Amino acid sequence: MHTKTIAQLADALRSKEITSVELTQHFLDRIAALDSHYNSFITVTPDIALAQARAADERLAAGDTSPLCGIPIAHKDIFCTQDVRTSCGSKMLDTFIAPYNATIVENYLKAGAVMLGKTNMDEFAMGSSNETSYYGPVKNPWNTNCVPGGSSGGSAAAVAALLAPGATASDTGGSIRQPAALCGLTGIKPTYGRVSRWGMIAFASSLDQAGTLTRSAEDAALMLNVMASFDDKDSTCVDQPLEDYTATLNDSLTGLTIGIPEEYFSEGLHPDTAKAVQAAIKTYESLGAKTRSISLPHTHLAVPAYYVIAPAECSANLSRFDGVRYGHRCDAPKDLTDLYKRSRSEGFGDEVKRRILVGTYALSAGYYDAYYNKAQQVRRLIKQDFVDAFKDVDVILGPTSPSPAFEFGSKTQDPVAMYLEDIYTIATNLAGLPGLSIPCGLVDNKPVGLQLIGNYFAEGKLLNVAHQFQLATDFHQQLAPATA
Amino acid sequence: MAVNKNDIEKLAELSRIDISDEAAANVAQSISEVLGLVDQLQAVDTTGVRPMAHPLDAVQRLRRDEVTECDQREQLQAMAPATEDGLYLVPRVIE
Repeated sequence: MHTKTIAQLADALRSKEITSVELTQHFLDRIAALDSHYNSFITVTPDIALAQARAADERLAAGDTSPLCGIPIAHKDIFCTQDVRTSCGSKMLDTFIAPYNATIVENYLKAGAVMLGKTNMDEFAMGSSNETSYYGPVKNPWNTNCVPGGSSGGSAAAVAALLAPGATASDTGGSIRQPAALCGLTGIKPTYGRVSRWGMIAFASSLDQAGTLTRSAEDAALMLNVMASFDDKDSTCVDQPLEDYTATLNDSLTGLTIGIPEEYFSEGLHPDTAKAVQAAIKTYESLGAKTRSISLPHTHLAVPAYYVIAPAECSANLSRFDGVRYGHRCDAPKDLTDLYKRSRSEGFGDEVKRRILVGTYALSAGYYDAYYNKAQQVRRLIKQDFVDAFKDVDVILGPTSPSPAFEFGSKTQDPVAMYLEDIYTIATNLAGLPGLSIPCGLVDNKPVGLQLIGNYFAEGKLLNVAHQFQLATDFHQQLAPATA
Repeated sequence: MAVNKNDIEKLAELSRIDISDEAAANVAQSISEVLGLVDQLQAVDTTGVRPMAHPLDAVQRLRRDEVTECDQREQLQAMAPATEDGLYLVPRVIE
C-alpha cells in the first residue's frame, strides 16, 4: 500500500479497497518501525491522524470528491499547527505550540487530508543538508551515509522512505528542489505569492515559498491544487485565479520550446549529472519539444546576491525571538540585555547565528548601500535575464544541483561550499519564478534531479512538462533500496 | 571584505547574540569567507537599476479598517516563559 502514489491511493479509498483509518495506521506503523533509520520526523501525531482519518472516512462515505480526502501527509515543521509543537528545527522553539494553523495546513484540513506528523528540517530552514537541525541530521533513504539535502530534508526522506505518500515543504533558495533531487522525488516551488506564507515561520520573506514533495508530478498537481490559495492574511500573496493543475497534465509537448542555459552546464557540475540531464533533453526532443541554447548572463551573481538578501531578511525576521513572548528563555537573566543575548545564543545554532551576523553586517550603517541595495539591484538584473529568456522559450531546463547526495560532514566546515550546493536553484527564488525538480537518473545508485523553471504562474505548464517526462520514463518509480 | 574579532563583537552586540572570546576568531573567519563570496557584487555595474524588493513589484495591499483579529490573549500568553496578571515579565528595567 505504501508504494502507491497519492493518485492511486485516492482511487483505492474511493473503491473501498481500503479505509483512511487503515491507510493512516499503515503509515503510522511504518514510521514507528522505520523512522529510527532516517530521523525524518520531529513529531508524530498518531491520535490526531487517526481522528482525522475517521472524519475523512465519514466524508468519503458521504461521497466527498476531494482527491486528498483521507490521504495521510506530513507537514514540514516550519508550518504552524494548532495544539501541536512547531519547532522549525530549532531549540529556540522546542516547546512552541502555535495557537493557530498555517493557511496551508488549514487548506489541507478542509480538503480532508490527514496529518501524520511534523518533519525534520535544517534549523529555521537554513541549510542544504539537514545537518543544522537541533533534532539531529536526517539520513538519505538511498544511502544513509549521505545527506537528504535541505532544508526540507525530513519531508524528502519521509516520502522517499515511503513513510508518507506526500509532504509539504518550503523553498527559500532551493530547499524543496535540492532535497527532491537528492532523494529522487518530484518537488515544486510555486511562483512567489501563489501560496500563502501565513503561519509559515519566516526566514527570508521576499524569497520564502511553500510547495510539495511527492513521488510524481501528478501527485504534485493534486497537492498543489489544495495548497495554492489567495490569502488576505499574507500581504505578499498575489490575487491570481486558481487553476486545476491536473487539467493540463496530459497536454502534448509538440511545439514546446525548452531553453537550456549554457551557464548551468559550466564548471562544478558533476560529469555524470550532466550526462543524465543531457539524456533527459534527448527524451524531451523525442516527445516533440524543441530545445535551444540560451544565456542567463547574471547566473554567477545569484549566490552572492542571495547571501546578502537572505541573511539581511533573516536578521530582521529572527529579531522577534527575544525570550519574552515565546521560545527559549535563559535561566536567571541579570538584566534585559542579558536576557536577550543569552536566550538567543542558547536558542540558535551556529548557522543561524552566522546568518544573523552577516545580515546585521549588510544592513548596518555605512554598509547598507554597498551590500543590501547592491544585492537588490543585482536581483533585478537576474530577474531580467529570465524575463528576456521567456520571450523565446516556454520552460527552462537544467540540473537541480551540481552533484548527487554527499556524505555527512563533508561540507559542514566550509559554509561557502555548502552555499554553492544551491547554485542552480537560488536564481529562481530571487526572480520569484516557479521551479520544479524531477528524477532523471542515478549516479552511484544515488538520484539525479532535473530542474524545470517556468514563467510566472506557469505551475500548470511545469507540471505538464514533468508529467509527460514521467509517462515516458520510469526514474520517478525507482525506490530507495531499503524500502523496496 | 574581512572582518576581525572587534567587528564580530560589534555585530554580536547589535544582534543581541553572545559570541565567546574563544569562538570569535572562528566566527570572524567564516563570516569573512561569506563576505568574500558576496563581494563579487561590487564588480557589477548597476547604474540606474532599481532595487527589487518583490519579484512581481507588488505594492502593499490595503484592507478596510475593521477589527478582524479575535482576542487570544490567554492562549498567546500560555506559551510565554513568564507572565503575571496578563503581562509579560522581564528583568527590572527601571531602578
